[in-house]
Amino acid sequence: MENEKGLPQLSGIIFEELNELTLADLSHACAVQADCIVELVEEGVIVPIGREPHRWRFSGVHLHRASVALRLQRDLGLNLAGAALALQLLDEVETLRARLKVLGYD
Amino acid sequence: MEFKDYYKIMGVARDATQDEIKRAYRQLARKYHPDVSKSPDAELRFKELGEAYAVLKDLEKRAAYDQLGSNWKSGQDFRPPPDWNAGFEFSGDGRGAPGEGESANDFSDFFESIFGRGFASGTQAHAASHRRGQDHHAAVSIDLEDAYTGATRTITLQRPEVDATGHVSMRGHTLNVTIPRGIRAGQHIRLAGQGAPGIGQGKPGDLYLEIGFNPHAHYRVDQRDVYLDLPVAPWEAALGAKLNVPTPSGIVELKIPAGSVAGGKLRLKGRGIPGNTPGDFYVVLQIVLPSADDEKANAFYLYMAEQFKTFKPRAGLGV
Repeated sequence: MENEKGLPQLSGIIFEELNELTLADLSHACAVQADCIVELVEEGVIVPIGREPHRWRFSGVHLHRASVALRLQRDLGLNLAGAALALQLLDEVETLRARLKVLGYD
Repeated sequence: MEFKDYYKIMGVARDATQDEIKRAYRQLARKYHPDVSKSPDAELRFKELGEAYAVLKDLEKRAAYDQLGSNWKSGQDFRPPPDWNAGFEFSGDGRGAPGEGESANDFSDFFESIFGRGFASGTQAHAASHRRGQDHHAAVSIDLEDAYTGATRTITLQRPEVDATGHVSMRGHTLNVTIPRGIRAGQHIRLAGQGAPGIGQGKPGDLYLEIGFNPHAHYRVDQRDVYLDLPVAPWEAALGAKLNVPTPSGIVELKIPAGSVAGGKLRLKGRGIPGNTPGDFYVVLQIVLPSADDEKANAFYLYMAEQFKTFKPRAGLGV
């Protein structure tokens, strides 16, 4: 793969493999109050490692799920339980799509 | 600029009630929400819908829009009539906090020509404010082999740019990106600071590249695991064999056990996509038959039929 001359080589991180994010990191990244994240955890939308909120550690996958849940609530007028259900169904669709792909149906 | 038919975008009649408009918005928003829809134009449709709803749900804006008349066609070249909005007063000096359907603050030129930039972005009213730039998203397809070894890709993305006169044009933006080893389809590479520039002294946003794999002639991928359909001869399956099998990380020798059946799966542990928890590589056996297209082969199949008289391939079906 030839490189375009004069352009710096950019390296990024794999977002989903971010880890050790704290409650403060997650609320900051989602631009919401920590309470909103706590609610997501209480609803089981995201399940961090660690017992007490100040010990919670999140990953990039959690961050993505949290932002999707927040966007669904805001854009579709869903309540938290509705957004949680939507996410769960989206996960199932994703799994089924992946299964179809493995079976050779695209 | 293009005229936007907000009623058509929302699929409602020009005399639709506010309730009908809200219902149409909710239905279409569920359909085109970029987190829900897989359609490639979902983001665009959702933005358009948000803009249409921002106008039609607001009685003042809707009345002003209606004032343009019903003769305009979607996509038609539009110039706002001089003083067309004289006599209208809009409440507030901007949209304030985005409400439902207003998450996108980049409304079209058409919207801004009618309602002004102050409506399109709540930040315009506070020129001195600093805000982090928006994150940008783009999809990038790589080969499965790239995920095994890591790679460098030169990618060109189209991004809107606003020039000094306020005109928006699409410009190619070329980047050299390192694709980390072990990345999987659906994961995102985050390139810090490569999104939209910040406002004031705000930091630029990030660029997220969503990785997908180009379809491969031989391999299928499920998360970390990679699958290969391996054609084998009937005698290889029945008697067992040592076969050379291609994998994305090179050819390996695989022992097929005697008595293997079609669809049988053999696992090569850790030969899927690499990583802290590497995936596995699965070989799915497909039994292929030599064709009986000459006399000798034909005679051989007849001999087999003779020899396997008690073989009942459909016994399980009761026939």
